[in-house]
Amino acid sequence: MAKKHSEGYLSGKESRRISKENRKITSQLEKQHKRKNVPESEYLTQMHDPNNAVEFDNLHSYFFTDAGTVKAVDGVTFDVPIGKTVGVVGESGCGKSVTSLSLMQLLQRPQGQIVEGEIRLNLGDKAYDITKVPTERMQTLRGNYMSMIFQEPMTSLNPVFRIGAQVDEVIALHDKEGLSKEDIKARTVKLLEMVGIANSEGVYRMYPHELSGGMRQRVMIAMALACSPRVIIADEPTTALDVTIQAQILDLLRNLKDKINSSIMLITHDLGVIAEMADYVVVMYAGRVVEKGTADEIFSNPSHPYTIGLMASKPVVGKKVDKLYSIPGKVPNPINMPNYCYFKDRCEMCVKGCEGEYPHEISLSPTHKVSCYRYYDRKAGE
Amino acid sequence: MNMTEKTKGAKTAGTNALEYDPQYILQVKDLKKYFPIKGGLISRTVGHVKAVDGVTFNLKRGTTMGLVGESGCGKTTTGRVILRLSGEKTGGQVLFNGQEIYDLSHEQLRHLRTKMQIIFQDPFSSLSPRLPVGEIIGEAVREHHLVPKEEFNDYIDRVMDNCGLQPFHKDRYPHEFSGGQRQRICIARALALNPEFVVCDEPVSALDVSIQAQIINLLKDLQEQHKLTYLFISHDLSVVEHISDTVGVMYLGNLVEYGSTEDIFRNPLHPYTKALFSAIPVPDPHAKMNRIVLEGSIPSPANPPAGCKFHTRCANCMEICKHEAPVQKEIEPGHYVVCHLYDDAKDLSEEKTESTETAAADADVKKDE
Repeated sequence: MAKKHSEGYLSGKESRRISKENRKITSQLEKQHKRKNVPESEYLTQMHDPNNAVEFDNLHSYFFTDAGTVKAVDGVTFDVPIGKTVGVVGESGCGKSVTSLSLMQLLQRPQGQIVEGEIRLNLGDKAYDITKVPTERMQTLRGNYMSMIFQEPMTSLNPVFRIGAQVDEVIALHDKEGLSKEDIKARTVKLLEMVGIANSEGVYRMYPHELSGGMRQRVMIAMALACSPRVIIADEPTTALDVTIQAQILDLLRNLKDKINSSIMLITHDLGVIAEMADYVVVMYAGRVVEKGTADEIFSNPSHPYTIGLMASKPVVGKKVDKLYSIPGKVPNPINMPNYCYFKDRCEMCVKGCEGEYPHEISLSPTHKVSCYRYYDRKAGE
Repeated sequence: MNMTEKTKGAKTAGTNALEYDPQYILQVKDLKKYFPIKGGLISRTVGHVKAVDGVTFNLKRGTTMGLVGESGCGKTTTGRVILRLSGEKTGGQVLFNGQEIYDLSHEQLRHLRTKMQIIFQDPFSSLSPRLPVGEIIGEAVREHHLVPKEEFNDYIDRVMDNCGLQPFHKDRYPHEFSGGQRQRICIARALALNPEFVVCDEPVSALDVSIQAQIINLLKDLQEQHKLTYLFISHDLSVVEHISDTVGVMYLGNLVEYGSTEDIFRNPLHPYTKALFSAIPVPDPHAKMNRIVLEGSIPSPANPPAGCKFHTRCANCMEICKHEAPVQKEIEPGHYVVCHLYDDAKDLSEEKTESTETAAADADVKKDE
């Protein structure tokens, strides 16, 4: 039988105490978000590099649950340059999606909160710190400056509205020119054509259930692109689709990116898709970035043991192996993270230093950075 | 047993019936499964969804056959129809160890069920949330009286151990497990009955890459230990290439190409297979992609195009493709394709009867020498 006080056991009293504390923290943060008429100067900031569209700087997004604080994103730093594609890879639950939701301020509130760090969004002539932008101002940023293609096209469209109405709504909400209904419809139809829907007039009047998965994903992309955003977040845009449809969608994304010169943040766990699409790759593990660099560097010289394991565990067509490599063990509990390297317990390449605290970032090249003790001496040598 | 043989004898009297070949555990010929579309006021049948429309293949003992194709092409239905899990078939034959499974009575089928099992697609919805894991795995074992009562607990422990589960997991409920562990439970449930043949319906597509590798390795190890035969349904071609000995490619209810994994990946013949393989993303940023992007999407299986079903999206479409359905041809030994492009090519299977005779004669001669 299970032990009474096994790992993860919480008494009712303890749980009540935690939730009371959580409420204290979250209600204070919520008040900050809900303020009205906040002067712009409060969230204005400077980009560190004007060529970046987005800069994540030491971002911490926590979920205050009744079982304890889940540090879903715990100090993530990376940049998304203008006109480039950044791929974010990692297991489910490693904080990929939470990072992108933080950028959109779409975390499940009040439990989910950004508690530390900055997300700098480049608006061209000025830059905003997304973590401080009040909720009412966000409405004008979402859609116009950044938008998101959600994971499941099957569940992200509203089943009771026609496709046309759903895309129209986006345009009408974010439009500043006061377009008439006819103009909006014309624009929607044009958008649907742009994403490769042949029968765009017909699809305009259809309901989501009448479309196939690939078509629905196209509609989602059309919605995301409706206001020509500077940053497109694609959260596993092809995971639910077949290879043939996947190829179509990836082609489409690439062409559209070139057309409106926006940046793409591509979240996926398919390394093949990353290799094909991304200019830069960020590998995340348990809420932290373990390795980042250009796609070339990551694929030709994977340095973090987790990245190496990830590459080895994926079967590749044309490469025969008898047994696939599998990373032993599992991800540590997000509520009680260890104070040493999070990957140490699963790592087969441990060195002496691994006993110490979480390793800091080591630069292998100006763009290639890795958080691992194995490369500490190399830094000393340089 | 006797009775089934009698019924089988009666059925196989037809002209094109399958002959039982003991090297094959499963022989499928012209398998068809149509689902009726009900409509109108008194819900009359107004049409059929032709989910599986003529699938023919043989599966050798102890090997793995991969079944690939787009979603909605009938892969999963094929797997279910082979196990007689979705009502009656519409046409064709399924011989399991030489027995037509659709001729069996309810009671006989129940006995045969221990020999053929399925691992379902989604480990999150295919386990009962109200049963502890030990009961999920052991329920069928007890029902079929496979082991005596006193050995029951040990047996379940052994099965769980084989699949990488700990004995103390027995009293836990499915919601306490992660995706990979649940998939292990599903595998243990299927293997507890000591089957010969397992249909794996996308067993790894709901899992992360690193967990995928664990489950694939487990399936391969178990196959070696228990001499299992798998029908591995998946849309992930790299996984299929890794695990399968033979591969079947499906399109809109048809098996368009079928052959050994090596042949198919080295020399894909059907235009659809070519397009499918060219779309596999390669984890190497320098790889040159000669991608054939298929236009449009898969036609409705309720109203498939006339002639070859692929002609609406095919780059090599000819006039004949639009009104005449192609037939299966053997291009290389063991490599079958259904396509008009190979009409002029020699059909090896037709010649086989002659060649086997000559081969037999040769063998006789050699013996004499």
